[in-house]
Amino acid sequence: MATEFSFPDPAAKAATAEFETEKMSLSMGPSHPSTHGVLRLQLELDGEIVTKCDPVIGYLHRGDEKIAENMTYNQFVPYTDRLDYIAPLANNMAYAIAVERLAKLEVPARCQAIRLITAEMARLSSHLLGLGAFGIDTGAWTVFMYTFTEREKLYKLFEELTGARFTTSYSRIGGLQRDVPEGWTGRVDAFCDQFLPILEEILALLTRNKIFMDRTVGVGVITKEDAIAYGITGPNARGSGLGLDLRKDKPYSGYEQYEFDVPVGTTGDSYDRYLVRGEEMRQSVRIIKQAIAKFPGGPWFATEARKIFAPPKDKVLTSMEELIQNFMIVTEGPQMPAGEVYFEAENPKGVLGFYVVSKGGGVPWRLKIRSPSFCNLSILPKLCVGSLISDVVAILGSLDFVMGECDR
Amino acid sequence: MFNLWFNLNPILQGVLKGLAVIAVIFPFAGACSLAERKVSAWMQGRPGPNRAIVPWFAYVPVLGKFLQRLGVFHLIADGAKFLFKEEPLPGHVNKLYFILAPALAMMPAFTTVTVVPFGAYLDGAGRTLPLMLANVDVGLLAVFAVSSLGVYSLILAGWASNSKYPFLGGVRASAQLISYELSMTLSVVPVFLWINAPGTPGTMSLAKVVAFQSLPGFWGGAWFVFLMPLSAAIFLVSLFAETNRQPFDMPESEADLVGGFHTEYGAFKWSLFFVAEYSHMIVGSGVFTLLFLGGWNPLPWLSLADFFGWLRHLTGAAFTLHPLFVGVVSIAFFLGKIVVLLFIFMWVRWTVPRFRYDQVMKLGWQKLLPLAIANLIFYALAIAFIER
Repeated sequence: MATEFSFPDPAAKAATAEFETEKMSLSMGPSHPSTHGVLRLQLELDGEIVTKCDPVIGYLHRGDEKIAENMTYNQFVPYTDRLDYIAPLANNMAYAIAVERLAKLEVPARCQAIRLITAEMARLSSHLLGLGAFGIDTGAWTVFMYTFTEREKLYKLFEELTGARFTTSYSRIGGLQRDVPEGWTGRVDAFCDQFLPILEEILALLTRNKIFMDRTVGVGVITKEDAIAYGITGPNARGSGLGLDLRKDKPYSGYEQYEFDVPVGTTGDSYDRYLVRGEEMRQSVRIIKQAIAKFPGGPWFATEARKIFAPPKDKVLTSMEELIQNFMIVTEGPQMPAGEVYFEAENPKGVLGFYVVSKGGGVPWRLKIRSPSFCNLSILPKLCVGSLISDVVAILGSLDFVMGECDR
Repeated sequence: MFNLWFNLNPILQGVLKGLAVIAVIFPFAGACSLAERKVSAWMQGRPGPNRAIVPWFAYVPVLGKFLQRLGVFHLIADGAKFLFKEEPLPGHVNKLYFILAPALAMMPAFTTVTVVPFGAYLDGAGRTLPLMLANVDVGLLAVFAVSSLGVYSLILAGWASNSKYPFLGGVRASAQLISYELSMTLSVVPVFLWINAPGTPGTMSLAKVVAFQSLPGFWGGAWFVFLMPLSAAIFLVSLFAETNRQPFDMPESEADLVGGFHTEYGAFKWSLFFVAEYSHMIVGSGVFTLLFLGGWNPLPWLSLADFFGWLRHLTGAAFTLHPLFVGVVSIAFFLGKIVVLLFIFMWVRWTVPRFRYDQVMKLGWQKLLPLAIANLIFYALAIAFIER
């Protein structure tokens, strides 16, 4: 994977010929403050300049794809939490939609709207963390604390909705774990209103900060061609000027009903990726506010999908038909037709794809996850070569990856 | 009381002075570490350390809760923790140098304090006499000479750790500290050009600098920060770099070098580095105060002697001119300015990101150094012109 380092300037090369230096290998990670989890970079250094970079991944490999083959579709939902654990709600939604596409099942508008709101909230949560961690990587601690204050408010809302702050497991095939609580959408709306000025305040700490710009402008440039060649998606690709956004290109869960812009960068450096994330948060708030304004009523799960979504609990306890239905779904799993499907959703980190092969029954025959962090990290060997150690940290921060998803 | 002191054996005096330095600097540096945590907490909208409390103290009505919220007991708790923790000594280090490095880090800080005047008292004739442990005429030169030894501890720590991240930290430290010492030294030369008339015996004494800022008249009473703002700015920036404070904390930048030169250190050895950093900040702030902020003079164009003259006039109380009272008040003025400067150190640290290593070097060599030289030439010409 590694790319050999070559001096861009022939004069520099001539200078090194007479001044021979010894290369030093440096293992950055898997426990390093700014490798965001358990990424390990095997660096080769010439002084402070990185001449070779070998990412070593897999420290967090749990065999999620194999695990999926041994459990029913609904039982796998908690495992999707642990992919991109910064935005579990978005993963839950992507997985549920993938399986529903397999069953050719349409969920009601209310269910779609709830999923969409939670996914956008997850995007806010993820981008806030990405921003804060980027701040720490460049040395600005206070930004991290500011963003975590906001994330705490989001977590309170997640807890109210799903019962869990972190591993939400909210989606079910054909619906959700439960309906939104009384007044919850109002509280989300209130959060959005107070969040926007705070977001501006947070971004103001970095956007025109001379030191931050020195650290990020022109650092870790991903060209448009590279972004395509390496399969980079999400804000990282948009930072490089690729206007790819599945929410616009292949709308799902009702994204087509809402107005929002897709921010696109120009140069593809770390600073552009930062700007794109900042703007995406504003757009997410815009989407959430629209979705709440026309929040649909009606059922919150696919009522006619009797072999897929378990019936309400009060019916289970009173009616024979529903009791049997519940029993079958819990023991055998939601019944899927044979076939295969690939669905990808625009997650905070990029395109999260689920490829599900079914031979019928309640258990997937094969489930493959296309995780955005894995693909986004594939460009590291090319990106880090020729930069300083501090740049590597800034690049890692700007790529905003999650190892839970990369190693899965 | 004074007589008792002056009748003591000089060697005993020296020992007592040394102990006094340790007794003052150590708690002061500890308080700084607490202040750092509290200031950062206030800036980031958190309560900060507010848990530790001496068992029975929580029952003291208002004060107990207040001090707990203020976190003052964390000072004791942290100190005790560092003292009683296991002292890890990794197997791969060079033991002698590994242990020597933190001790060496403390030495310059403690030594420089002795030549820094920290207050003044008025003698019978109304003259202001500085309070300092060792009145050496080379003054600032001694501070620079000794404090530049501080870099050895960082290099030694990085080298003795025999590990890659500390090594990189040590290399960065050596390059950075040497580069910024140049501009720092050059930035204060105009001050001494100003106070030393040609043809007379010159001095580098810090007390003289303060005495110059206490002179009557517009030019005499002006602090050097007003007379030489550029010098002050260069000195302050270099001070940040010299004390390894963000945005110049290259040697330990925790984002890329884990902990830099102190990655392999733990327990009390680590805390010695920590205390040394704050001690350097305290001494550096002290020197900055003396050079540019008028030392112990309460306000610009208001010298300490005038202040106490007015105080005597307004209150009519005789104790206002008592040497002890004057001394304590002047030390309070001096420490007050240091505290403000320390707050600025912390304020900056929690506000701005960190430079990259090459940017630090570029700033030092390509911007600050030429600026310092230009500044020096300008003032040299200006002073020559004024004196002619």
